[in-house]
Amino acid sequence: MKVNQISIFLENKSGRLSDVARILGENNINIRALSLADTTDFGILRLIVNDTEKADRLLKENGFTVGKTEVVAVEVEDRPGGLARILEILNKDDINVEYMYAFVERSRNNAVIIFRFDDKCTDRAIKLLNKSGIIVLEGKKIYNL
Amino acid sequence: MIWDEEFETLPREAMQALQLKRLQQVAQRVYNTVPFYKRAFDQAGIKPDSIKTLADLAKLPFTIKDDLRENYPFGMFSVPMSEVVRIHASSGTTGKPTVVGYTRRDINTWAELMARTLSCGNVTKGDIVHNAYGYGLFTGGLGAHYGAERIGASVIPMSGGNTKKQIMIMQDFGSTVLTSTPSYALFMAETAAEMGVDFKSLKLRVGIFGAEPWSDNMRKEIEEKLNISAIDIYGLSEVIGPGVASECEEAKCGLHIFEDHFIPEIIDPNTKEVLPYGEKGELVFTCITKEAFPLIRYRTRDISALHAEPCRCGRTLVRMDRVSGRSDDMLIIRGVNVFPSQIESVLMEIEGLEPHYMIIVDREGSLDTLEVQVEVNERLFSDEIKVLEAMEARITKDIKEMLGVAAKVKLVEPKTIERSMGKAKRVIDKRKM
Repeated sequence: MKVNQISIFLENKSGRLSDVARILGENNINIRALSLADTTDFGILRLIVNDTEKADRLLKENGFTVGKTEVVAVEVEDRPGGLARILEILNKDDINVEYMYAFVERSRNNAVIIFRFDDKCTDRAIKLLNKSGIIVLEGKKIYNL
Repeated sequence: MIWDEEFETLPREAMQALQLKRLQQVAQRVYNTVPFYKRAFDQAGIKPDSIKTLADLAKLPFTIKDDLRENYPFGMFSVPMSEVVRIHASSGTTGKPTVVGYTRRDINTWAELMARTLSCGNVTKGDIVHNAYGYGLFTGGLGAHYGAERIGASVIPMSGGNTKKQIMIMQDFGSTVLTSTPSYALFMAETAAEMGVDFKSLKLRVGIFGAEPWSDNMRKEIEEKLNISAIDIYGLSEVIGPGVASECEEAKCGLHIFEDHFIPEIIDPNTKEVLPYGEKGELVFTCITKEAFPLIRYRTRDISALHAEPCRCGRTLVRMDRVSGRSDDMLIIRGVNVFPSQIESVLMEIEGLEPHYMIIVDREGSLDTLEVQVEVNERLFSDEIKVLEAMEARITKDIKEMLGVAAKVKLVEPKTIERSMGKAKRVIDKRKM
């Protein structure tokens, strides 16, 4: 029930983000979701792609520092209150969200929210969400959206 | 104005005769009282009484900073501690400082030498000396203080920092002489400008600047901004502190070395051969009058050249060029001695860090900045910002604890720091001096 995410260290200098996009594009890797966190000096690009292993290998070959993390993807109706309900469930059980980002599915009327929990909490969070009737998406499904 | 007419204008032959006599005495003394020197002389196969001419100095062993560290804290002292009346220390390279001691006579010698130095800037008993060299273990503050008192000038013992107050006091007390590092003088100029104080309205006339490398361009800037005449002085705590050499205000053409106390040599730092006058190399000093801490052929690592022609100010003392660099990789950042190896050792203490780093020194306004770039690798990398920021904060804190200097730590992408064959280039010094 977990989704593989790759993260890439980027110095804040022009051209680095476009280098990543170009390498993935030239190798036919499709980006499903992304988020970029930045500080004054550096940024961390987090990506979910259709071929995690290939993207990881290609970026490393091109000199990038790449990490792999397991995140949780949750489907939620694209309407007001959708996110609030999920966060409430997590909050009640004291599960802290390290970071999250969201995108809207093209074919359906739903949003997908990607959650990064503390490693120790991930399994507990998935169980809790399942129990509460929230749809946790499998990796396969996200990669092939 | 010449403080000590007799010794500062001694004819060359008389100076050399005096130096030889004093050298023979000090060699005899360190051989008998400092175990390090007995060993070093024996290893070199020379006895103190085989010194017959000044040229024999070249046969004596060198002393290097590592020797002082190995004999930390008092192992190089040549008198019992009961004779030592003052202890100073300079910033260390591995956490341990270099410790120097003074007898009562040494303190007196030092005051005389600083009186000579200030007199080179025509400071007299009528002057008010604003002393912004740091007081404490650093030799600058007390060194300048004693010299100014010896002349009979009125000393304001300001020490460093609290710059707005310094400007106020300078204005209200009518300071005529400033003693500080050159970069602090420029910082004062900026602060005064912010306060709306014009140096032209102050009584300040001359500045006696040392303790860090600077250039003629910086001199021009200081002279314009502070509306004063700026003098370059030279010294290092291992030799005595400030008061080893000084420019005269008349010529500002090289620094007169007080050779009746310190014999200068210039050596090739690689072959260690003594070089003739006029040639550039590493400056070496032998202290021939000090009692507590007399060093033989101490390698300063400062690059300079010596000139023997008498100066138009009347002094016959040998002059040294303004220090133009180092024969090692030491940096002076905000007055603190920093070796790249110290930063490396901080980084190597941290699990997972690779020794790929770059040190970038720059000057913003008048203050030195230190940036340390560290390559991120997969072991350190995290998808969470807070983990990487914690790493930066940890390195910053460790460097501050080790060096006493604040550094900005910047994580960079791997392999972005240039790999070079042989000796890696670790430092980019962008300061224009």
